[in-house]
Amino acid sequence: MRVTVTVNGSARSAEVEPRTLLVHLLRETLGLTGTNVGCDTTSCGACTVHLDGRSVKSCTVLAVQADGSEITTIEGMATDGVLHPMQQAFMENHGLQCGYCTPGMVMASTALIAEAQADGTTIDEQSIREGLEGNLCRCTGYQNIVASVLACARGEVGDGTGVQVRAGATA
Amino acid sequence: MIPAPFDYVRAGSADEALAALAEHGDEAKLLAGGHSLLPLMKLRLASPSVLVDVGRLSDLTGVRQDGDTVVIGALTTHHDVERSDVLRTQVPLLAHVAGQVGDPQVRHRGTIGGSIAHADPASDLPAAVLALGGSFTAISAARGSRTIEAADFFTGFLESALEPDELLTEIRVPAVPGAGWSFQKFNRRALDWAIVGVAAVSRNGSSGVGLVNMGPTPLLAAGVASAWSGGASPAEAAEHVAEGADPGADMNATVEYRTHLAKVLTRRALEEAGG
Amino acid sequence: MTTTEPRTDTDTGPNGDGAGVIGSRLLRREDPALLTGEGRYTDDLQIPGALHMALVRSPYAHARITSIDTSEAAAAPGVRAVYTAADLDDLWANPMPCAWPVTDDMKNPAHYPLAQDKVAYVGDAVALVLAESNVAARDAVELVDVDYEPLPAVIDLEDALSDRVVIHEDLGTNTSYTWDLDLDEDAVQAAFDGAAHTVTGRFVQQRLLPMAMEPRAVACVPAPFGGGVTLYSATQVPHILKVMAAVTTGISEADIRVVAPSVGGGFGSKLNVYAEELLALGLADKLKVPVRWAEERGENAQATIHGRGQIQEIDIAADADGKVTGVRVRLLADMGAYLQLVTPGIPLLGAFLYCGVYDVPAFSFTCTSVFTTMTPTDAYRGAGRPEATYAIERGMDLLAKEVGVDPAEIRRRNYITKDQFPYTAVTGLEYDSGDHAGAATIALDLAKYDELRTEQKRRRDAGETKHLGIGMSSYFEMCGLAPSRVLASLKYSAGGWESATVRMLPTGKVEVVSGATPHGQGHETCWSMIVAERLGVSPDDVEVLHSDTAISPHGMDTYGSRSLPVGGVAIAMACDRVIDKAKQIAAHQLEASADDLQFSGGVFTVAGSPDKEMPLAAVAFEAFTAHDLPDDTEPSLEARVTYDPPNFSWPFGTHVCVLEVDEETGQIDVLDYVAVDDCGTQINPMIVEGQVHGGIIQGLAQALFEEAVFDADGNPQAASLAEYLVPAASDVPTLRLGHSVTPSPTNPLGVKGVGEAGTIGAASTVINAVVDALSHLGVTEMRMPASPLHVWQAIQAAKDGGGSDSVTASASDTVSADRDTQSDTLSPQTQPGGGS
Repeated sequence: MRVTVTVNGSARSAEVEPRTLLVHLLRETLGLTGTNVGCDTTSCGACTVHLDGRSVKSCTVLAVQADGSEITTIEGMATDGVLHPMQQAFMENHGLQCGYCTPGMVMASTALIAEAQADGTTIDEQSIREGLEGNLCRCTGYQNIVASVLACARGEVGDGTGVQVRAGATA
Repeated sequence: MIPAPFDYVRAGSADEALAALAEHGDEAKLLAGGHSLLPLMKLRLASPSVLVDVGRLSDLTGVRQDGDTVVIGALTTHHDVERSDVLRTQVPLLAHVAGQVGDPQVRHRGTIGGSIAHADPASDLPAAVLALGGSFTAISAARGSRTIEAADFFTGFLESALEPDELLTEIRVPAVPGAGWSFQKFNRRALDWAIVGVAAVSRNGSSGVGLVNMGPTPLLAAGVASAWSGGASPAEAAEHVAEGADPGADMNATVEYRTHLAKVLTRRALEEAGG
Repeated sequence: MTTTEPRTDTDTGPNGDGAGVIGSRLLRREDPALLTGEGRYTDDLQIPGALHMALVRSPYAHARITSIDTSEAAAAPGVRAVYTAADLDDLWANPMPCAWPVTDDMKNPAHYPLAQDKVAYVGDAVALVLAESNVAARDAVELVDVDYEPLPAVIDLEDALSDRVVIHEDLGTNTSYTWDLDLDEDAVQAAFDGAAHTVTGRFVQQRLLPMAMEPRAVACVPAPFGGGVTLYSATQVPHILKVMAAVTTGISEADIRVVAPSVGGGFGSKLNVYAEELLALGLADKLKVPVRWAEERGENAQATIHGRGQIQEIDIAADADGKVTGVRVRLLADMGAYLQLVTPGIPLLGAFLYCGVYDVPAFSFTCTSVFTTMTPTDAYRGAGRPEATYAIERGMDLLAKEVGVDPAEIRRRNYITKDQFPYTAVTGLEYDSGDHAGAATIALDLAKYDELRTEQKRRRDAGETKHLGIGMSSYFEMCGLAPSRVLASLKYSAGGWESATVRMLPTGKVEVVSGATPHGQGHETCWSMIVAERLGVSPDDVEVLHSDTAISPHGMDTYGSRSLPVGGVAIAMACDRVIDKAKQIAAHQLEASADDLQFSGGVFTVAGSPDKEMPLAAVAFEAFTAHDLPDDTEPSLEARVTYDPPNFSWPFGTHVCVLEVDEETGQIDVLDYVAVDDCGTQINPMIVEGQVHGGIIQGLAQALFEEAVFDADGNPQAASLAEYLVPAASDVPTLRLGHSVTPSPTNPLGVKGVGEAGTIGAASTVINAVVDALSHLGVTEMRMPASPLHVWQAIQAAKDGGGSDSVTASASDTVSADRDTQSDTLSPQTQPGGGS
């Protein structure tokens, strides 16, 4: 079946089987390997992307279900070589170690904060810990991840200059 | 990780979905948010030959009030159920329970109808709907629409009263603004299924108590509810929780412990709902 | 050459002014790539034309293979080949390696990548599919028809010991070895004979799943036209893997290149030589086509090594004041079905630590290790040392109760004091430096210990049902694995050195080549800091090369908290040699005596001649042109050091946990966790804290959440992240870290390593708190994990009068009435029911 998705702003089209998972479309067909697979029970959240503006676990979405949708992956978060504030916050607060859960954490965290701000609900350490229930990490013990997300929510993030990232998301 | 192969049909309307179900019978499964079905398929514990995707049927989403009843479209996501202003004021128990399902990403995709139809005794929402005394609307191409009371809906482990050619379209619950309510969900990690859960609601002397993970189906704790409505204290009423229940044993609980937990949680739920 | 005194001719050492980089919270250079999805983990590699491998795995814990029919699978779409063990005989020059034959008579069953004749654990691979896609390979696995004749499983350790069912028939027994630390049994006996107090603890170290977030993956790419092969693997040990792969496959070591791309965590589970690596290598080499494999999580739970798995018995003898006079330890350890790379040595890594941080004059230790029909065990964060700490720290709490003093007090009476360092332990090992009482004081103060005891008493007097528990552990760990001669005496087959090359390029930039293999620890950032400080350059001008045996040919890789105290020190020493060589060149060109040169801020100056100076970068350029070098000096400014540490390093600390137990449900809520971890000099405190956080949470997770449960037939019950309870952010507390720095005197950086410290101290801290919370109810023991079920059962048993009041009686590892087998796993007598 043919699916067409807009990923990180670019229209992409591919032939898939109905059973192809969205995460495999992204990783294997579109070459966007930033999104990771960490489990097979929808537990770990390493595969989290934004689908039509919502954080979802791309391992539990069929590519065909995403036909016509807009997807943002981790590769689409930095803009013109400048880290997204959430990425910057993770760097400044040592919110990553091995990095495998990190793309999912960044995607889940940005959605979490955006939703909380839209809902007008509290953003504090507890709400962040609860909001990241769907994202497992084995390296950090979560403490600095929470600190990173809180810093970003509070706008306590450096301006990102001096960090070299590749300009332009690959899509 | 990779499901067995299947054919995929995207329904553009409820009628298209029903026609596909009628055509394929037992071979077909409905796909809504996919967060009950796809995990099973990825482990090859389920291998339907045809998936009928109803995920885009937007007229089956939304929450509206219809007199004393609140009607929730089956394809409303848990996220939207949690945030519905109508539910928050009229049926806060349901809005709250929807917010307890899984994690935020799961709630963005999973639907109340999908969860109900999956009929997992460990799911949270069925117990809440049972406690509320709700009902479901199902339609089929051959027989049109019918109403199934929640109390009659859950017939066995992962089995519901839905026929293979039926589509669940609505969840109907009584509006109970001002009612006392509580949801006690006990688990080891916050993202886990409940080891035991208790949903309780009480209004004007009538009450409902639903149980999570106390048997092969979501359960109505009728003994508890009637004792409680009859004036028993929460602790006394909670003693009835095992009546009609068949709590199992697993890595997290022995039968004895699960039963004990159910009593404690029921008492706490009744205290919170009553107080 | 081992430098232990600080240099006096430079001021860039840790005791001098230097550039101030060391000790700063420099942000990690690793982060931008990882944050933007640019990290390349093994499964991310794009390898056109690769065949995908999938393995057919046994669903039985113990069975004979009676037949395998691969014909349907071989005919499936996209399948290139299906192999069984017999088909691949010619790939192996030797069986899979075990690098630690701990005794001369250790029994080690021959272990090949695919099982032939018999399977010995659920997950044991029996056949292999090669296909054009991962999907095709996985589909075809289901079509391989294997007939098994099931045999009885062996999952209980004492059952294994009895040889009721012998797993490896050619060995005739399930006992792999018995190892004794034979010091002075008479002294130990005398201590117990004369003791005023004795306590015995019996503890179970449950099997754990390391669950690094990246499942394992392998890709082997042969060079065209008869060149070598490159093996990409999610490994912690590319150098060890290269040697072992050569020995196992017979492929020339010079033709094998091993690369660890970005690696998503290891915790010891990627410190190994796995069947899939060897199969991919052997097949890629034979077929001249790339072969790759990516592990699924459910597969990871079976096919990647498990951690821990021991039953421990510890006896402690003490005088009337509670001063410990002797410790005796007996271990029964679970090897699993086969000996993987260092499986037999893991329990022994803890052997030297069972006296803890206490001044103990008599000690004996014996360990018997047995095979079982479960996944092999091997190194998992702490590897033997958290187990040892657990036993002695639980034991000290038992002793405190017996003697009738507070747990903090019993420890105070027994700590090795600061002025006793360097301290030679009864085991013969020398502990470099420490201040246990000091760390404990900081931790207890931070936790507000006295106020907590007051609150605890208030709640008890008021009859409240949410019980407050305070637990502590003082620990130390044996890090910086390891002096090679000590490894030799332990019969470990490799050394413990580490290699570093530091070169300054003609344009003044610096390349560092390290033999360490990071997988999240921030080595690139830290090594650049060490070099920056030493050479007076900016960290941004330092490039760190690693994890590729073609680029970094010498190394002993990363595990055992060794990369900094061994690898980092090697780098520092290589920097010093670079400075030494540069000094000769500068002296020559400045026409001064080398003795008169000072090096500071990256520049050589001449004492007494303020107009004479030469920047190091200029020396590098001179070394490149070689136009005017001293006669005996070779061109280029580069030094390589292979450093064999003279001793282990001994990080230490004290943790305190405060928690609340809900008597009605057994639920535990951790209210506070304070950790004081002293790892000597901190290169980057931000990274140190991250290591401590992660380590503590893993130890806490063992105490409260995790267990690799097996049923009586050897079927893993918790084989996914849904059932194996790696905690999420909302399940764990915020940690409060205290500060203590006691530099190691045995290396020029004063560092000790910290990767495992948090884990080593945490589990006993938490369990001590749980037992403390319930002690007034008569609970004296708590098995791990202290799940709500287990806590509730312990409370019920104590209420029923079953809880032992006397700590001289054996503490059972469980109070569940239906368990009379002393397994290191849970054997539920009931089958999992519906509804989860």
